[in-house]
Amino acid sequence: MTPEVISVARLKKTFATLTAVDGISFFVKRGECFGLLGPNGAGKTSTIRMLYGYSPVSGGELRLFGQRMSKNWRCAKSRIGICQQEDNLDPDLSVRDNLLTYARYFDLPTGTAQQSTEHLLRFFSLEHRAETNIRELSGGMKRRLVLARALINNPDLLILDEPTTGLDPQSRHQVWERLEELRTGGLTILLTTHYMEEAARLCDRLVIMDQGRILVEGRPQELIEKYVGREVIEISPPDATLQDYLETRGLYYENFGQRLVVHNRADAALFATLADNFAGRRCTLRPATLEDVFLHLTGKELRE
Amino acid sequence: MKRVVTISRRWVRVWQRNLKVYRQTWKISFLPPLLEPIFYLAAFGIGLGSLVGDFTYGSRSIAYLPFFAPALVAITIMYNAFFETSYASFVRMYYQKTFDAMLATPLTLEEVIIGEIAWAATKSVIAAFLMQIVISLAGLVQYPAGLLLPAVAVLGGLTFASIGMVFTSIVPNIETFNLPIFLFVTPMFLFSGTFFPLQNLPIWAQRLACLFPLTHLTLLVRACALNSLAPSLIWSLVYLLTFFLATSLLALRGMHKRLIK
Repeated sequence: MTPEVISVARLKKTFATLTAVDGISFFVKRGECFGLLGPNGAGKTSTIRMLYGYSPVSGGELRLFGQRMSKNWRCAKSRIGICQQEDNLDPDLSVRDNLLTYARYFDLPTGTAQQSTEHLLRFFSLEHRAETNIRELSGGMKRRLVLARALINNPDLLILDEPTTGLDPQSRHQVWERLEELRTGGLTILLTTHYMEEAARLCDRLVIMDQGRILVEGRPQELIEKYVGREVIEISPPDATLQDYLETRGLYYENFGQRLVVHNRADAALFATLADNFAGRRCTLRPATLEDVFLHLTGKELRE
Repeated sequence: MKRVVTISRRWVRVWQRNLKVYRQTWKISFLPPLLEPIFYLAAFGIGLGSLVGDFTYGSRSIAYLPFFAPALVAITIMYNAFFETSYASFVRMYYQKTFDAMLATPLTLEEVIIGEIAWAATKSVIAAFLMQIVISLAGLVQYPAGLLLPAVAVLGGLTFASIGMVFTSIVPNIETFNLPIFLFVTPMFLFSGTFFPLQNLPIWAQRLACLFPLTHLTLLVRACALNSLAPSLIWSLVYLLTFFLATSLLALRGMHKRLIK
């Protein structure tokens, strides 16, 4: 069996006037958690929709479990669990019936469906709400149920489109813990997210996309070290003398209007120097994050 | 773009989902088809019927109630099927995103739509059957021809369910359903030989009425109820069957165009 669960080559998606995905190539190995990052409109959801066969592919090649998707799509789809971006739980059914009914769409035998349902209700701490109507669930519980539903067919690949968008910190951490458990159990996961913290925590490898193209690919820590360095210094408010100083010293910085973010690669004493020379401004030293990489690569303009 | 159409028996899964939801509220769903004929029979039998007296329908003399009661069943079949695949399916598709969730499973869009149409037909068969029990108790269905009525209801249900789904595939929003209802469904309700025989209309209007699927469904249901099956009814059967096949293909195409991007 091939170790690559997903392999995509020169994949394209074009709508009437828009190229949403512009010839991207990547692969996801078995047991890996792979991230698709990018601003709104980068083409993440379009890519995912092609992956699970919802949208027809406009060009390029797409293989799932080593097979061309166009041939074995029904078999491939029965091995994938999908957590779509928008909330589409069935509001006409209870929590438990959502899972049981979804299991039927996969043609699971009744016994298996019931076992999986009870197991997943416990795994996602929903067993006390099994008879509750969907409308009465909190945002966090809904998300957990969507995840449970995506796992009902015991998939070999879990696809998550922004799994924690709109959740409070407690719910988000709970979802992360569950996903980490699943990853430890060997499940292959493909994830899109806007939260860099989430990507850094969960993803073994990731790509950052913008305007339908892949900008970079790598492990989160490698990308941080390559594009930003070990630490950054934030200074606010910025002014011309500060910028002049940074430029004469040849230091890289990003100007965010109300604050400057200085990328520091080599100089261990830089923070002390800046804090001394520019006393009276707020100087903060912090480790570089994936968010710094993301903003560095995709720019600061709003995508609307 | 290449289109691969795959349809398997998995549409039953979608049908089962709708049945499950229906069973949660079956007591409410059962009321209209049981009560409606009682109201109509009271109003039309006691009120209008005495005014009208007997009249000639085909080659026989008939009172108003035996004439009208079967039409009520035909109308119920139309409304149950049409409203299920128009408003109810639209809510599932557009507001609840139920179809999106289904399409993340091995189900295809074609199977989802066929499941919806089959369910709407089932719902109208249930309603027609309940109504048949009530009007049979009132002595307004003659047997054994009346035993064929559920089969006719299946065909009528499928036809009107497909018609509703065609509109669901093209309306921009839920308010737009008012158009097909006022321009198509309501005229059918009134002018399909339901409340009065078509012979009472001018000849051009009779011809126009023959295009309505409800006209043919009413003819078939009435023939079953009055035990007056005739060979000419084959044409009504063929017409409904053709209408069903054509509109179901249109619905599948329309939904594909609407949802697959």
